[in-house]
Amino acid sequence: MIHQDSKVLLEVSGLCANVNGTEILKGLNLTVRSGEIHAIMGPNGSGKSTFSKILAGHSAYEVTGGTVMFEGQDLLELAPEERARAGVFLAFQYPIEIPGVGNSQFLRLTYNTVQTHRGKEELDPLEFDDFVREKMKLLEMSPDFLERSVNEGFSGGEKKRNEILQMAMLDPRLAILDETDSGLDIDALRVVAGGVNQLANKDNAIVLVTHYQRLLNYIVPDYVHVMEAGRIIKTGGKELALELESRGYDWVGVEHKAAMGAQA
Amino acid sequence: MSASATVNASYLENLLAGQPHLPASPLAWLNALRAEAVDRVGALTVPTLRDEEWRFTDISMLTKMSFHPVRTTISLQVADIERFYIEEATTRLVFVDGVYAPQLSSAATDHGISVLNLEAGFAAHAAAIEPYLGRLTEFHNNVFAALNTAFLHDTALIVVPRDISVKVPVHLLFIATQKDVVSYPRCLILAESGSAVTVIEDYVSLQEDAYFTNAVTEIALVDNARVNHIRVQREGAKAFHIANCAVSVARASNYQSVSVAFGARISRYNLNVKLAEGAECAVDGLALISGRQLADTHTCIDHAKPQAISNQMHKCIVGGSAHAVFNGKVMVRQDAQRTDSKQSNRNLLLTSKAHVDTKPQLEIFADDVKCTHGATIGQLDDEEVFYLQSRGLSDTAARNMLTYAFGAEIIERIPISSLKYQLEQTVLEQTSAQL
Ligand SMILES: Nc1ncnc2c1ncn2[C@@H]1O[C@H](COP(=O)(O)OP(=O)(O)O)[C@@H](O)[C@H]1O
Ligand SMILES: [Mg+2]
Repeated sequence: MIHQDSKVLLEVSGLCANVNGTEILKGLNLTVRSGEIHAIMGPNGSGKSTFSKILAGHSAYEVTGGTVMFEGQDLLELAPEERARAGVFLAFQYPIEIPGVGNSQFLRLTYNTVQTHRGKEELDPLEFDDFVREKMKLLEMSPDFLERSVNEGFSGGEKKRNEILQMAMLDPRLAILDETDSGLDIDALRVVAGGVNQLANKDNAIVLVTHYQRLLNYIVPDYVHVMEAGRIIKTGGKELALELESRGYDWVGVEHKAAMGAQA
Repeated sequence: MSASATVNASYLENLLAGQPHLPASPLAWLNALRAEAVDRVGALTVPTLRDEEWRFTDISMLTKMSFHPVRTTISLQVADIERFYIEEATTRLVFVDGVYAPQLSSAATDHGISVLNLEAGFAAHAAAIEPYLGRLTEFHNNVFAALNTAFLHDTALIVVPRDISVKVPVHLLFIATQKDVVSYPRCLILAESGSAVTVIEDYVSLQEDAYFTNAVTEIALVDNARVNHIRVQREGAKAFHIANCAVSVARASNYQSVSVAFGARISRYNLNVKLAEGAECAVDGLALISGRQLADTHTCIDHAKPQAISNQMHKCIVGGSAHAVFNGKVMVRQDAQRTDSKQSNRNLLLTSKAHVDTKPQLEIFADDVKCTHGATIGQLDDEEVFYLQSRGLSDTAARNMLTYAFGAEIIERIPISSLKYQLEQTVLEQTSAQL
């Protein structure tokens, strides 16, 4: 929901970043206010995951220019775990498997760690069990997933649900969902989207990264951004997603070049 | 004779010195077996780095020290050793420095199963065990197995009769209490046709000085039997541990083994499993070492007959300047059509000085087989560490968790909850101490 007077959560300006010496992000600007849902769309390889991981603090990416402010503090100064504790959450495109660590053990450890750093109460195993089962209902997940190792042998869709379950538990201010829709069949998509919608409120913000319009039928964005070659080259409302769906991405690039040419 | 061979020979003579004091057995074949083993010790030499089977494992340190068989056994109380007990395993044989300790043991002959020291088992089982004792282990070309056989006396004997499935796990507890002592633990497990049993072979220490454990275990599964074999090597930090285990898995039998090695300055475990038609085995292992430890695991899975299945996952977590060795041979003989064999060896190096030598060895002489194998050596995956950090865990907590998980994947396969819990705690302590 757009409220012009709501406060800015994330302010990215002129962000440039390299990986292994190759420039991937080339001056990215984005402002996200609390209560808003943003969609970042763009062709494969345009840098969407790179941007997501930079926000979460991945060390493989070297920021070479620009700034990222999160609730008034310099996000780039923080270690990944400090960002998580401050309320940044990334749902991964490819969640890892951790054979040997029980999912409930993992969820409880992360939950309690984050709670402690936020000055809140930890939950003991029994309390946590009630808490997490409640959250699992939101995603129609069977409690069996608590007994298994983290993501081990989970289908693509189950891994994505487990990601959103973590989002539900950790209660982030800013959630970045990287291709959460990929690998989901239509029923799973509806469930996951329903969960995300319930988690969205006026104090947090969600950035959906996707290259399909499909997800946006279920989670309606306030803004749609088009990313190309490491930049956001167009921003519009939810109708832009439909236009991208029918016309593809090429015209946006052409229009952008023309506009840049006119400026020069 | 070269100087090194002389040292070698006198070293073995020295080790053999205690042998003549063994009381003769009432069984002629057993006395003959020992005599044969003494002969073999005379003919063999202690392996060096020049032996292909020992090329990564330098045991010269062992040969520079002198060990003697135990002279007087220390009498232990239950309170001294209770902490090693495994809740579920109420049938227990305890050996102190290799000597059977009846007052600490709860031998069983109920439910049809016999768990007792060899001497007590002669009367009832002499005929049954004769084909296996000293026959499954190839001591003729293995000096350590020959030494153990030369000293064959106290022996954990488990005989599970036909069609008996034993619910209570059996705990074989070998406790080292004295320095400079060499002990020769010996186990024989005979699972008759259609029987099932779970056995924990456990090596622990009450002291931290150097000693030498030279163990031999023989396991025979007759048709349709099932044996769960859990081996825990948690010897003292300065111990030498050399062990040979030979398993014969007859038709349609199933051998499941998990072996973990945490202790000893230098350890070597040879496991040979021979599979008959339609037999199955899972052979999993974990070596978790640090400091200057060396842990060497040599396994050989021999698909001798058609349609057997073998699964193996061996992992090493190596910290400090420790050294892990894995040599995993899978042999598929000409006759062994429709063999299904999977082997995986994964190694985690926690420091730049940690070191692993791994050598998977596939020898396939049949054509209709499914065999996969793979080995990896690496550090923790940065993407995995990042994933956990992105959930609020510190870098250290993330690394601890992943290292723990790496080991826990093997520990989880142990079908006894309290032991599993105990060992998970050990892995947790060890892995957080290392980082
Ligand atoms: N770790 C990396 N090493 C090298 N190149 C990378 C790495 N990560 C991403 N890239 C490259 O950066 C570009 C953007 O990738 P990515 O951010 O994954 O795009 P998207 O998520 O939009 O599909 C691609 O050309 C990709 O190959
Ligand atoms: Mg991507």
